[in-house]
Amino acid sequence: MRSGRFSLSVTIFWLGIFFLYGPMLMLIIYSFNASRMVQVWAGWSTRWYGELFQDQQLMGAVGRSLQIAFYSASTAVVIGMLASIVMIRFTRFRGRTLFSGMITAPLVMPDVIIGISMLLLFVAMAQSLGWPAQRGMLTIWIAHTTFCVAYSTVVISSRLREMDQSLEEAALDLGATPIKAFFLVTLPVISPAIISAWLLSFTLSLDDVVIASFVTGPGATTLPIEVFSQVKLGVTPKINALATIIIGVVSIVAFSSWLLFRKIDQHNRAAARMAAQG
Amino acid sequence: MALAAGARRQQHEASAEAKKTLLSIEKVTKYFDEDLAVDNVTLEVRQGEIFALLGASGSGKSTLLRMMAGFENPTEGRILLEGEDITHQPPYQRQINMMFQSYALFPHMTVEQNLAFGLKQEKLSKDVIIDRVQRMLKLVHMEKYARRKPHQLSGGQKQRVALARSLAKQPKLLLLDEPMGALDKKLRTEMQLEVVDILENVGVTCVMVTHDQEEAMTMADRIAIMDQGFIQQVGSPVDIYESPNSRMVAEFIGSVNLFDGQIIDDQEDHMTLHTDDLDADIYIGHGVTSGVDERSMLFALRPEKTLMTREKPDGDYNWSSGIVHDIAYLGGHTVYYVRLPQGKIVQCFLANVERRADRPTWDDPVYVHWASDSGVVLRS
Repeated sequence: MRSGRFSLSVTIFWLGIFFLYGPMLMLIIYSFNASRMVQVWAGWSTRWYGELFQDQQLMGAVGRSLQIAFYSASTAVVIGMLASIVMIRFTRFRGRTLFSGMITAPLVMPDVIIGISMLLLFVAMAQSLGWPAQRGMLTIWIAHTTFCVAYSTVVISSRLREMDQSLEEAALDLGATPIKAFFLVTLPVISPAIISAWLLSFTLSLDDVVIASFVTGPGATTLPIEVFSQVKLGVTPKINALATIIIGVVSIVAFSSWLLFRKIDQHNRAAARMAAQG
Repeated sequence: MALAAGARRQQHEASAEAKKTLLSIEKVTKYFDEDLAVDNVTLEVRQGEIFALLGASGSGKSTLLRMMAGFENPTEGRILLEGEDITHQPPYQRQINMMFQSYALFPHMTVEQNLAFGLKQEKLSKDVIIDRVQRMLKLVHMEKYARRKPHQLSGGQKQRVALARSLAKQPKLLLLDEPMGALDKKLRTEMQLEVVDILENVGVTCVMVTHDQEEAMTMADRIAIMDQGFIQQVGSPVDIYESPNSRMVAEFIGSVNLFDGQIIDDQEDHMTLHTDDLDADIYIGHGVTSGVDERSMLFALRPEKTLMTREKPDGDYNWSSGIVHDIAYLGGHTVYYVRLPQGKIVQCFLANVERRADRPTWDDPVYVHWASDSGVVLRS
């Protein structure tokens, strides 16, 4: 009975693993397929990796996407931080509840609606103000910043809410002006939240296809849009190769951050032991 | 160490009258929206003393402290430091430093950097800062831990660093917010005396806020009892305990037996009260020379001054019969709960000076009595 239950849980475990990682494994294997046909296995080859790097259009889209993700994440973090400070530190002002509700609204708003409303806005602005004259990277940047602000505000404000407010008061008490207290104490203390908000925004921007496809313009095809349009014409092994590279990069980043956190954790535990011993 | 601190304390008390006022709080009132937090408080803190604001949570003591630090603005009234009006000065311009209840050590800085933070804001030269930091570390015996981060320190060590940081700028006034609040009981008693020692070494004037009466009485030269935003009484620990001026203070500090009585006789050198709770009337060795028409008074008697015997005491006053209702043996002393004929229960502390002495036990008939100068008469 006991061993039966044990093997059942093991089976479920492997089923779960397969469900999560099976497709990725397939993709990685097929990225080394020599055949042009995705479904037909014709032996091992790294040919598609070479072709991938020669595909100017695809590589251009990768660069563009990284650029947009970088700018959107950076802008979103700055705005998100300001919004969090207003929400958490300025306790009483008119319309505070409305403000905090509205800033996080894009979290629950379907991407299609954000995309279409952004498009309408940009079109109307172009007609009345003449700016932005053309949709492109700038408009994608603005659109991505808009929804990334919602995510980064949530992340940063929760850290700021947890932060002991007497730290800031102590800085003021010791003679630092409010601005200095912010840069010398508040910012370093909430920096982990700022980093995670930036990474989250970066990933979301890199990943987005719906909003970007609404507000994009000529010459501003991002990677997801490019992949999406290529796949519509049939999956090419090049896409598999690109996906494999992305999976590799993400795994390396995730693994090294896990290593780093484990090291910090061990360091902290050793320190706590040291403190306990006096 | 305790002895040394005590001796120095006595010197303090002797010269306290001559010391000038450092901080004056003049008719300060603070409202949070509609809620009254501090109610028309006037206080004077003298140069060099340790002054405690003692009260239950919500009594407004912390708000008053935060107004001294500059984190809150009074709705009305003024705060003066050495005669200079600082009511609306921001915290970073006041020569007042605070030790926070949570210590508020900057987690991303080492002990040294924490201590140097305030000095750097003053734009002192590097040598001066290094020198001052070293002196501060030495003062609180933390030289060995200069390069540790706050999370690598124990509770008592954090407190020393917090204290050193608030003293580093050599403030005119030091504020302590529940200084022992985050420590466990045993460490607390140890640190109380050590902190007093350090403060007296430095000679800084200090206002502390606490809800722990033992802490206030151990550390402070003078105590202000706060209740509902209002100062009930200001005085030395002895004044507060032995001569409370109201029922609230008598009940807040220590235990007390209270009797409602009517004045029978009020002379210059004595007075007598009648109460239904006791067999005999109460005789007090002084009069209440106020000429109030109010005849009903409150008699407050501390349990350690309430004596208990098996024999009937002599005299016509200040005793009653009773039955031992309950006994709480606490090691150092035993608390007897004696039920009086009318059903009122009084507490009576007996020091256990003898091991396993023959003492009254449950339901034994006993007598309680006290000296004519043991109790205090309160106008309810």
